[in-house]
Amino acid sequence: MTGTYLGMPAFPEAAREAVRDEVLRANLRHATHTIRDKRARAVAELADWDRLRAAGKAVKDHTLRHLDRYLLQLEAAVTAAGGTVHWAADADEANRIVTELVLATGEREVVKVKSMATQEIGLNEALEAAGIAAYETDLAELIVQLGHDRPSHILVPAIHRNRAEIRDIFRAEMGSWGRPAPEPLGDDPRELAEAARLHLREKFLRAKVAVSGANFMVAETGTMVVLESEGNGRMCLTLPETLISVVGIEKTVPTFRDLEIFLQTLPRSSTAERMNPYTTMWTGTTAGDGPAAFHLVLLDNGRSDTLADETGRQALRCIRCSACLNVCPVYERAGGHAYGSVYPGPIGAVLSPQLRGTGSAIDASLPYASTLCGACYEVCPVAIDIPEVLVHLRERVVQGGPVTRDGVRVTLRPADGHTAERAAMRAARLLLDHPGALRAGERLLARARRLAPRRLPGAGRAWTDSRELPTVPAESFRDWWARERSTPR
Amino acid sequence: MRAALFVTCVNDALYPRTGIAVVRLLERLGVAVDFPAAQSCCGQPQYNTGYRYEAEPLVRRTARAFAGHEYVVTPSGSCAAMIREHYPRIGRKAAEEGRGGELAEAAASLAPRVYELTEFLVDVLGVTDVGAYFPHTVTYHPSCHGLRGLGLGDRPRRLLAAVKGLDLVDLPGAEECCGFGGTFAVKNPDVSTAMGADKIRAAAGTGAQVLCGADNSCLAHLDGLLRRADSPLRALHLAEILAATEEEPLP
Repeated sequence: MTGTYLGMPAFPEAAREAVRDEVLRANLRHATHTIRDKRARAVAELADWDRLRAAGKAVKDHTLRHLDRYLLQLEAAVTAAGGTVHWAADADEANRIVTELVLATGEREVVKVKSMATQEIGLNEALEAAGIAAYETDLAELIVQLGHDRPSHILVPAIHRNRAEIRDIFRAEMGSWGRPAPEPLGDDPRELAEAARLHLREKFLRAKVAVSGANFMVAETGTMVVLESEGNGRMCLTLPETLISVVGIEKTVPTFRDLEIFLQTLPRSSTAERMNPYTTMWTGTTAGDGPAAFHLVLLDNGRSDTLADETGRQALRCIRCSACLNVCPVYERAGGHAYGSVYPGPIGAVLSPQLRGTGSAIDASLPYASTLCGACYEVCPVAIDIPEVLVHLRERVVQGGPVTRDGVRVTLRPADGHTAERAAMRAARLLLDHPGALRAGERLLARARRLAPRRLPGAGRAWTDSRELPTVPAESFRDWWARERSTPR
Repeated sequence: MRAALFVTCVNDALYPRTGIAVVRLLERLGVAVDFPAAQSCCGQPQYNTGYRYEAEPLVRRTARAFAGHEYVVTPSGSCAAMIREHYPRIGRKAAEEGRGGELAEAAASLAPRVYELTEFLVDVLGVTDVGAYFPHTVTYHPSCHGLRGLGLGDRPRRLLAAVKGLDLVDLPGAEECCGFGGTFAVKNPDVSTAMGADKIRAAAGTGAQVLCGADNSCLAHLDGLLRRADSPLRALHLAEILAATEEEPLP
């Protein structure tokens, strides 16, 4: 993924900062609780939600199992409709393709539809390096871009910002990117939205090239689908002369009819709306209507490797609704930046270590960034068993095992830095697998109970820094039973 | 009726009172209780931290220890969920990795016989009023593995509501995780503590005297935070409340 996140500290350290930031925690708590309650109400309206969820899972699983076939069908359909398909194995290749396509138009600026795939590959940075300015047009992405910040939520990238912060960013930064913010500017949402509208309108009317992602790609017709709330995306998708869409290969669905499921489950899961305000669909090009040139960049970037893992591949069902973020108690406290990826929250914790591998400190720590409480699984509209994948990836980190990297099956060695933990787990297992020794250990503990320290050294400090230890009883249950019940009463 | 008690390693070593309460409660309800001494830990700490191979001998041990018992009762939602949900996966993985079908068979045999305490009381014994007496204001935290893993639903609350003298008050945000999460509590101590702090704040806000749960590992975390904060709120396992009677009140 993008180099922006290289060198991120492991999750526990990154989260520590966020937990201490009272403003951030208040912003996150307010936003996630509001949206999770609304989502629950929107979902409860549908009597057939469980069936929609099962259907979405089934369609995605089927597509992933036959992805090679559907991608070729998609390529043929897009080409027949006047589009051009490009295949990108990784971020660098995708960035190079897009950069060359933009340069070929002679333009030096592009407008962008909110897209996770282009964030994932760091496209804006790559374009900037080639002298091309990329303007985000989604309101929240605009706030993040103007604030020289990183997105901290899949759907609400500026979730960590409150109104006053957004006003300050607009006033300080809009002028250097285009039309300045109107003066005076208050922090009323209506005023802020109007400032963004004026700033962006100038760009929509000028831009000749647009870059987007897509929520879905229909293999049978070659149709691209973008769901949005603001209509800014539709401006980008219809006004410019050239449209370049960078889309992860897993976004494919076989038939147009399959959209029926996801056009119900995605809006309700993400924005808690019955239907999103704007759904834009296009198939190749149409003379005299919309962009004259359409390019589709099919992005792999670790997806084929993920697909090779039978347990982990379910993460590719993800439709990026972010319901899992909004219910996650860990995300709520740690914030999106702590996950060191454009995919934060529970889904990020299973997606990033698969797309990028578990080699870095942050990626090796992400499978542990969860209490396995299961709230994410419960709300997932395509039933990704995130806790199961988390445990599976934990095994990969501490035990090693077979994985596919760049299409080659390799065996990972256990990650460094778990030596003490591994020894402790082994010692605990030895003790627990010998009830006689366990009983002796419990008696030893009981005898030493008066000596129990209030604070532990080493790894135990992580507990005792903030919590008291349980009081050691005078007698274990085992001994009580032996005394009270195994002899006839 | 006979039932075997799977007391769990945490309860055995640190919370024997919970195990004793289960024995007294079940015996009071006419159930003869066995305690197979070969039992130990279910392997959850190892498995959830990624050490699946270290969990395997404990899966084998647990299955063997309870081989002859029709009902296995445990006062821990997370240990019950470990056996019911994850033992089959551990068995399947072992078979896939060429270590034979023995673990899968052991898991398949044990899993359907294991009951979390409130399931056993409500579903098997068919009681919600267990004749308990506990004249205090109580709020209940449903631990995640019981709530979402086992689908315990309102069983614990129905049992509590039937306790004589007990005033049950709603816990705001009850379904949110307390932040314990096994090794999460020490691997991510800051987030864990922040979650637990919110939980005990919500519990204290109810005006309850007792924060009740059905998993002592979660309660160890919450109780640790309550005691560090010198809170008057007391963390207590559901079994201890259900075992208390007018004749033998909770000490």
